[in-house]
Order: sequence, then C-alpha cells, then structure tokens
Amino acid sequence: MVSVLARAGVWLVVLFLAVMASALAADGGFAAHMGIVALAAFVALWFSLRGADYDGIARGALRFPDQGRYDDDPIRWGVIATVFWGMAGFLAGVFIAAQLAWPWLNLEPWFNFGRVRPLHTSAVIFAFGGNALIATSYYVVQRTCRARLAFPALARFVFWGYQLFIVLAATGYLLGISEGKEYAEPEWYVDWWLTIVWVSYLAVFVGTIVKRSEPHIYVANWFYLAFIVTVAMLHVVNNLDMPVSLLGAKSYPLFGGVQGALVQWWYGHNAVGFFLTAGFLAMMYYFVPKQAERPIYSYRLSIIHFWSLIFLYIWAGPHHLHYTALPDWAQTLGMVFSIMLWMPSWGGMINGLMTLNGAWDKVRTDPIIRMMVMALAFYGMSTFEGPMMSIKSVNSLSHYTDWTIGHVHSGALGWNGMITFGAIYYLVPRLWGRSRLYSLRMVNWHFWLATLGIVFYAASMWVSGITQGLMWREYGADGYLVNSFADSVAAVHPMFIMRAFGGLLYLVGAAIMTVNVWATILGRLRREAPLRDAAHDAARDRPLPAPAA
Amino acid sequence: MVEAPGADKHPKGRLDEATNTETVGHEWDGIEELNTPLPRWWLWTFYATIVFALGYSIAYPAWPMISRASEGMLGWSSRGELASDLTAQASERSRLVAELAITPIQSLPGKPELMRAAVAGGAAAFKVNCVQCHGAGAAGSKGFPNLNDDDWLWGGDLVAIEQTLLHGIRQPGDAATRQSIMPAFGVDGLLTPEQIEQVTSHVLALSGKARPDPAGAKIFADNCAVCHGPGGKGSRQFGAPDLTDAIWLDGSTREDIAAQIHRPHMGVMPAWGERLDPVTIKMLAAYVHSLGGGEKFAAVPDATAAPAEGGARAAPQGQPSPTTTEAP
Repeated sequence: MVSVLARAGVWLVVLFLAVMASALAADGGFAAHMGIVALAAFVALWFSLRGADYDGIARGALRFPDQGRYDDDPIRWGVIATVFWGMAGFLAGVFIAAQLAWPWLNLEPWFNFGRVRPLHTSAVIFAFGGNALIATSYYVVQRTCRARLAFPALARFVFWGYQLFIVLAATGYLLGISEGKEYAEPEWYVDWWLTIVWVSYLAVFVGTIVKRSEPHIYVANWFYLAFIVTVAMLHVVNNLDMPVSLLGAKSYPLFGGVQGALVQWWYGHNAVGFFLTAGFLAMMYYFVPKQAERPIYSYRLSIIHFWSLIFLYIWAGPHHLHYTALPDWAQTLGMVFSIMLWMPSWGGMINGLMTLNGAWDKVRTDPIIRMMVMALAFYGMSTFEGPMMSIKSVNSLSHYTDWTIGHVHSGALGWNGMITFGAIYYLVPRLWGRSRLYSLRMVNWHFWLATLGIVFYAASMWVSGITQGLMWREYGADGYLVNSFADSVAAVHPMFIMRAFGGLLYLVGAAIMTVNVWATILGRLRREAPLRDAAHDAARDRPLPAPAA
Repeated sequence: MVEAPGADKHPKGRLDEATNTETVGHEWDGIEELNTPLPRWWLWTFYATIVFALGYSIAYPAWPMISRASEGMLGWSSRGELASDLTAQASERSRLVAELAITPIQSLPGKPELMRAAVAGGAAAFKVNCVQCHGAGAAGSKGFPNLNDDDWLWGGDLVAIEQTLLHGIRQPGDAATRQSIMPAFGVDGLLTPEQIEQVTSHVLALSGKARPDPAGAKIFADNCAVCHGPGGKGSRQFGAPDLTDAIWLDGSTREDIAAQIHRPHMGVMPAWGERLDPVTIKMLAAYVHSLGGGEKFAAVPDATAAPAEGGARAAPQGQPSPTTTEAP
C-alpha cells in the first residue's frame, strides 16, 4: 500500500509541477509541452491507482512475478511501437521527398520542410530504431542470460518514458522548437528527460546481465551495452546547454563555433556508429543465428571486430567537417580512422553472412532469412561507401550533395530497416504465442517492395549527387564557373521524383508488414500456397536442371 | 539444434558437421559459436588500412602536440592549397584584370575582346551573387526586375548599371544609393479607398486595360504625376516605373496595383561595391548590359563619380581575382 501511495504521490507532484510550468511558461511552445507532460503524469497517476492489486495488499500477500518466466510485456509494447513509429517515420520521409520534388507541398508553418525533416529523421532513427533496439535488447538479454528482466517497474518506465520523449521531440519540431543540431534537435528539457530514461535503461540492462545464469556474456549483449553506454555519453556531452529560462524552451550550447561543430559531429557520427551500427549488430547477432539455426561463424572474429569497431568509430566524426574551419590535423585523423574502420565494420557482415554456411538453402525458402541477408549486404555496401566518402578527394565531390543522402539511406533503409523487419517477423509469432506468421507470402512482398524501393532511392541519389558535385565544380574554358546553384537544382529534379517513388515503394512494403503483424497478433492464419521452391535434389543439396520444354 | 545440457557443461567444443569446424563450447539460448580463425584476407586488409593510416598521418598534418599539430612531411595545408589555387587563377587572369581595372566602363564597347572577357566573368559572378533575386536566367520575378528586357527603372547604359551595382538601391548608409520613396497612399490616409479604386482604374487605362476614368486621372495628376510623369511614362530620376507598357514589377492585376498604391512594395538591392571588387562590378555591369536590353550612352547625367571611384578602390578581402573563391 505504501509503495502504491508513494508512486501515486510522485505522479501527483509531477502533474502539479507540469501544470504550474505550463501556466507560467515564457513561451507558447513550452506551455504546450508542459501540457503534454501534465497529461502523461495524469495517465500515469490513473494507472498506478487503478492498476494496484488492492486485494493482494489487503491480504498481505503481494503478487510476485514468476521468476521462471521471461518478462515479455514491455517487449510486446515495443514491437507495436516499432511498427507504429516506423509507419509514421516512413510517411514523413515520403512527404518531405515529395516536398523537394514539388515545393508547393510545403504547408506553412507547421509542415514546411524545415520542420518535417527532423520529424522524419527522429521518427525513423529514434522512434522506429530506438523502440526496436529497446524491445529486442529486452528480449535478447533475458534469453541469452537466462534471467528475468531486472527492475520490472523501471523497464516499464523506460518504455513509456521513451515514448514521451518521442512525442515531445516530434511535437516540438512542428511547433518550431529546435536546437538546430542535426539528430539532436530537441531542446534542453527534453534532453534532460531522455537522460533520466536512458540511465534507467542502462540500469535495467546491466541489472539483467548481472543476475544472469550463464557463465559468459553473449556477443549481442556486448554490442547492446556499447550502444547504451556510448549513446548516454554522446547525448550528455552534445547537449550541455544553458536554458534561457527554466520556464522557457530556448537554450544556448556550451560549445560554440568550430568546437561546437566538432562536438556535434562527434555526436552525429557516433549516433550512426553506436545507435545504428552497434545496436543493430546486436540484433543481428541474435536473430540471424536463431532464424538460420546455425552457429555464429567465428567467435574470434566477433571479439576482434567488436573491439576494433568500438575503438575506431569514436574518432571518425571529423570526416563530416572536411574542407571547413576545422584544423587540418583533425580532418586528417577523421579520415584515416574512417578508413581503418572498413574491416572492423565488415567483420560484422562476414560473421552474419557466413553464419548461413550450411543453411544457404534457406535464402531460397525463407523470406525472413532473405531479408536478413539483404540487410547484411546493404550493411557491407554502406560501410564500404562510408570510408570511401571520407577520403578527402572523394569528399570534395560528394560533400553537400545528395550522394550523402543516398549513402545514409542505403544504410538506414537497407541495413537498419531490413534487419528490424526480420527481427519483427521473428518476434511477433513467439511473443503472442502463434504457430506462425499470418502470411509468409506477404513477407516476400515486403522484401521485394523494400528492396526495389532502396534501389530506386540509392540509384537516383547517386546520379543526383554526382551530377550536383560535378556541376558545382565545373569551370569553363575562360576559368569561370559554368553553373549557378539553381541550374543544378533543375538538373536533378527528375531524380527527386524517382527518390520519392522509391520511398513510396518502401512505405507500401512497411504497410504490408503492418497488416501482417496485426493479423498475426489477432491470431489469424492466412491460408496460402507455400512459396514456390526451385526443384532441387535434397540429398545432394543441389538444384535440378529445368525440365526440357 | 543442439541443446546444452547445462551451463558450461561444454568445456570443449563439438565438431560442427556442416562446416567441419569446432565450436567454442559456449551456448546461449541455443546459439553456439564456431571457432573459425580470422579470415586472412580480412586481417591483411585491416593491417593494410592501418599502414595506410600511419603513412598518411606522417605525410599530412595529423598529430596534435602541445601548442600545434604535426605539419606533415609533404608540407601540405588546406589554406596553402587554396592560396596557391587562387594565385594560379590570378596570374592566369592578371593581364585581363589589370586592363579592366584601368579601362573606364565607357570605353569598354570600343574593346571587343575585353568586353567579351568582361561579359564571361560577369556571367559567372552573376550566378553566384545575383541569381538569388533576379533568377538564373535574369528574368526576375514579382518584385524583382527582369534584366533581359529594355525597361529600366534607373537607367540601362553601362555607366548607370555600374552605378546601381556599386551603391545599390535604397541601401541604408550609402549616400550615393538609388533613393526614392513612394508614399503609402492607403495606409497613411492620403487617399480614400474609393480614390484608390479610381486611380487604379486610371493606371490600368494607361496601358489600355480599363476604360478611362476622369476622376482617377485627376487624382493621378495631383498625386502621381510628379514622379511617374503626366503621361505615366515614369522617371528614371526616381526609379519610377513606366505605367504605360506591359511590364509590371509588382503585378498587373487590379488587386496588385491597388495594393501597391495602398502600401507600396519598394525593392532593396545591396551596394555591391562594398562586397565585390571594382573589376567584378564592371564585369557584372557588362554582363547585365549584354543580356539584351543594354542601352547606348545617350544623356549621362551622373556618370562622373563611378569610373574614377571604381578604378581607385582596392579589392576587398585581398581577393586577387573576382569569383574564384565562390566555388561551392
């Protein structure tokens, strides 16, 4: 009873403070945000009073969770949140791609490109990717430690607190509240909230590892831990800001000028390195061997590539600031660390792909494995492209062009998206106790739509980026620039339309996944013909020649 | 799948049949690990990138020390590279630039080769500095004049264009800037809405787009003719547009014209003399003049200051030549 009252008391205080802050706010955006916080506190208060087990308290017998079962509730919520935010983020992406092709779609002021673009990036990276990482890490750490999740209340707080962070960030962008730092746009109070949530996440994860009943820590958990610890460090350092008022949205950063730029891209690059690479490699290290039912290819490679990746990634940020006011020595180091990163990155691809040794036939028969293999292929491609683009002479062509956008999306759509889809398709039947997915054929459709979408996206952005780079540096025989910037915009307009089309295909694929996941959760099974398999000799594991016509 | 009988009951690995490789002996939730050695090509490529990184960081500025970073064996620096690029560009064009610097703009038409070079240079400078308002094809847009036609607000010969470029239009703090203010007839209550309606009709009638309006003509004569002229042909002294032709800076509909009388939109152009060197200004003037509407020198009332001043002014920021630093 005491704990119920204490918890309700905390939410009541938060509710009171949020209402006060909203009433006294220095600006409308802050007032709106404190209103959202008050609403969230009210909902939390409601559930902590209504959800309490009063009978148990009265009998003096508190319910203790069964330690023999895994704690899967937050994971189920996380999977649903991943699918939901994924759809929101992909939709925002298609919308801003269309805005670039048809500028009249800029709906002032809330839905102009400048506000929807951070909404898109945050929705796909932090909402879709972040929920996928939190949910899968809860799933993987319990199973590979053979331990129930530590601090169950805190684990639930992490999930809901993270959703509040997403809502505050997203509404803030549309209201025009932004620090203007790429991938770190939320203002100071949202940053502080995320810090609390993230430290709680670390406590849940480490707590579960500490109480494990396996002697060794599985490689996936190394990657999850590296991701959680490093993102905490990056987030705190890049958001050292001084609020103008404790009742207002605006703040100013501690670091200014070129120092600020360096800190921002140290953060920005390692958001890619630790959020989108290390975290998703952790997913890969669990779901690929499980789905393939094969051992990991090389334990030794996993050690070497883990430590080299962790050590090298953190130094590579300055390659985002080639040919700027950043001193030459820092640019050089950013470049050479990026080049040394090539093989450590590929170590993950090798370990993933070669895990299929002895099960390559599954690429033919299992569309989920096919998705994972495609994810690893795109991972390998973009981690080769990245070091290449960090070379200064390549960067002088690629920098500020759409090539960068294409590079990011071959990684994000190909690697992060595909491996997450694979994990979702693996998780949903198991989490809801279904015998299989609603439809395997829909997974196949999703696979091909997503793959085709990425091809349209990446190819059009390569053409567009190289066109821009060449046009901007083109000098005529008399030594003068040939093109104006607007000329290059006109030249790439068809590519912008192709990019939007590719994004649309990807969105349609995700919509098919949403239907599939939903129907699986409802317990439906689609009656469908099995996927066609090429004729092969099972005994020799060789395809048979096609019958003569 | 092999189920482990218990934690660490596998002190040694088993042989995986499909790959003929030993496992390490651990098992987590059914996942085992093979003890495959590092692929040799992977390891040697990794070593090669490390060797390259070491070599590159010796050749180029890389290692931060106490007060400065190592400068690299090659002595390369990004500032040094830029400076040598700029010097090379400058020496390539030095003859042309020197000649343009001493040539008064009035004499340019007499030197076709120099004129052609000036137009080429002006076209490049225009792409960097002017397209934002005037458009890539210099066709302008609503509120921003079209530079391709022969309708000039402030004058269209080389000297007048150069003067406009040097001092801008309504540029605060520049004594020689093109200056004029159209009264806000509606906002300041100088005309009633009905009178604005009438004078709008008259303005439309000037180019045959409405029937003549005697009341409007009277208001026009009293209020507008002092700048726009009794016949509405405009005046370059005040940058007052010609209202009788088909070219409209701020729109040609009845609403556009009434809005302009009510609360006039008056464009501002920066004084480029403060930002670009005199030779680039001359090149820009030559380019704009060449677009199709350039006028010959007829009566040049204020052509005294510009050339002398232009020739004497030093290039700002020590730019050795125009436009070379503007590459994105």
